[in-house]
Amino acid sequence: MTLDGGQAPGIIAVTLVVITTLALGAWGLRVSRTTSDFFVASRSVRPGLNAAAIGGEYLSAASFLGIAGLVLAFGADMLWYPVGWTAGYLVLLVLVAAPLRRSGAYTLPDFAEARLGSRRVRSVCSVLVVAIGWLYILPQLQGAGLALRIAFGAPQWLGAVIVALVVLANVTSGGMRSITLVQAFQFWLKLTALLVPLVVLVAIWIGDGAPNPDDVAATGNPDVWSLPLSEAGGPQGLYVTYSLIIATFLGTMGLPHVVVRFYTNPDGRAARRTTLIVLGLLGLFYLLPPAYGALGRLYAGDLAAQGQADSLVLQLPGLMASGLLGQLLTALVIAGAFAAFLSTSSGLTIAVAGVLSQDLIGRLAPGRRVPGIASFRIGAVIAVLVPLLGALSSPDLGVARAVGLAFAVSASTFCPLLVLGIWWRGLTDVGALAGLLVGGLGSGAGVVWTLLTVRDDGLLVLLSQPAAWSVPAAFVTMVLVSRFTRHRRSPHVNTFMVRLHTPEAVPLDRG
Amino acid sequence: MTTPPPRVRVTGPARRPIVSARRGAGEEIDADTSLGELYVGSLLRAQLRLAVAVLLGLTISLGSLPLVFHLAPGLAQTRVQGVPLAFLILGFAVYPFLLAVGGAYVWRAERNEKAFTALLDAGPEDDEPG
Repeated sequence: MTLDGGQAPGIIAVTLVVITTLALGAWGLRVSRTTSDFFVASRSVRPGLNAAAIGGEYLSAASFLGIAGLVLAFGADMLWYPVGWTAGYLVLLVLVAAPLRRSGAYTLPDFAEARLGSRRVRSVCSVLVVAIGWLYILPQLQGAGLALRIAFGAPQWLGAVIVALVVLANVTSGGMRSITLVQAFQFWLKLTALLVPLVVLVAIWIGDGAPNPDDVAATGNPDVWSLPLSEAGGPQGLYVTYSLIIATFLGTMGLPHVVVRFYTNPDGRAARRTTLIVLGLLGLFYLLPPAYGALGRLYAGDLAAQGQADSLVLQLPGLMASGLLGQLLTALVIAGAFAAFLSTSSGLTIAVAGVLSQDLIGRLAPGRRVPGIASFRIGAVIAVLVPLLGALSSPDLGVARAVGLAFAVSASTFCPLLVLGIWWRGLTDVGALAGLLVGGLGSGAGVVWTLLTVRDDGLLVLLSQPAAWSVPAAFVTMVLVSRFTRHRRSPHVNTFMVRLHTPEAVPLDRG
Repeated sequence: MTTPPPRVRVTGPARRPIVSARRGAGEEIDADTSLGELYVGSLLRAQLRLAVAVLLGLTISLGSLPLVFHLAPGLAQTRVQGVPLAFLILGFAVYPFLLAVGGAYVWRAERNEKAFTALLDAGPEDDEPG
């Protein structure tokens, strides 16, 4: 669908978001001076600002577009996605927030090396960070293509290229310090861009006599829509739901762009408080997309049948409100969607570029010492270019589905590494390596399977939703192999535990 | 000027009065003694117990929902003010619940850390320095 001649507000909205993003980034550039500014904003970001930045970074295309579309197409079952993405922060808060900050490492590979003293574990972690990051950036770029196509009938590649270029410009110029401001701004933009149109749409809905979305039989059986296990039903539906819960609850802590944010907190206590504020902000935001899904049942039921459920948020204002009002509201949601693509891609690019510059570029030129910021910029280019090529060449995966796979890989690899590394002295480098391989290969097989085919009937559901078996397998492998390789325990483990768990104010030897 | 004056160690008064010959709790931890490990171990166990309690609560409350809805499909369809119960729980009620649990956790975790700090300040012999 293209808007009836009134594309100007949408074009202006996207342009404004892009310009504001670049301007905030350029302003941040003036205060960005050191490598520490680049990677972690010199670790001095206040909890309120940091929490908004985390929220801005975390609420991706999957949250902004995907949830509403899934709720429209499949009903209450899909509410587990936003619930899991929020509960994941509670699990993160409880298990890793403060210790991770206190570990004093920049990235996940840094943490692994500091805890286990093994270069090999570090390398495996680096590969995983890059893989998860790319798997996550890909649907953001595809979502951008979708948004511009819906709004202006632009070719699919245009949105992806614009987002890639803006992200590169911002990340390579200002690094983490300037991105923090941009992300915080984009959280509030996203919230406004969903809330304001929703208020108007709900008013229109009440004007129409407030029909109950649950009574509409637009697609399939209306009884099934409100059921939380409707999609597959039976034991298979139960398995899919639990697998999703495990992937999202446990996967959040291992996402590269989430983890890197924790190092920008001043101390462990601030890391906890930041996470708590994030919980509140996410809860606030996730009230909105399901409402779009429910209204979509009434006003845009045929979108799901046409396989365009992902575009529901973008199209609903135009379908419900006519004339200039519809155009303005559409422009607002497009602006919010663009903010979502930009902020999540920026955060992931920073995380992936950090790892690439430290572990790949640094190692490729061991003799010639590349200056920190220069290699970070090279890393950022690689970090964006690969998923951009993927987005341009691969078919549309469905944003929430691709993001779900990134969560499954993260839950199967970094979750056991972080949880056991932080709470159990007995973890050894060999145990961690074995667990990472088991979890990574198990969930990776699921990713490859899903990228190649869409079949998930019968037992194949085990592959398309791997978390329920790959996460326990990774945990068990890490514990068992560590027990058999007790002699390889890190000699500094006790000092490291002191550093992870004691408040910074206490003067102790932290290694 | 052929022989430089002998080196003299420059010292000042101790910044903090030396309380006793016995080591403070912090030094026990730094020296990685079994007593030091006891201190850190107690903090670690307290925080882990708290974390496990929260996760257990989360598993029982949220984690049991799919099973409950699976076993009692009629329950999910029950409408409260026109809204299906599943939507009401998963779309609205769950977020304040998660925030409240998180807030309670932060409060308890900081209290555990305060207790640990107080323990170290007091030291093993229970006499405050200064």
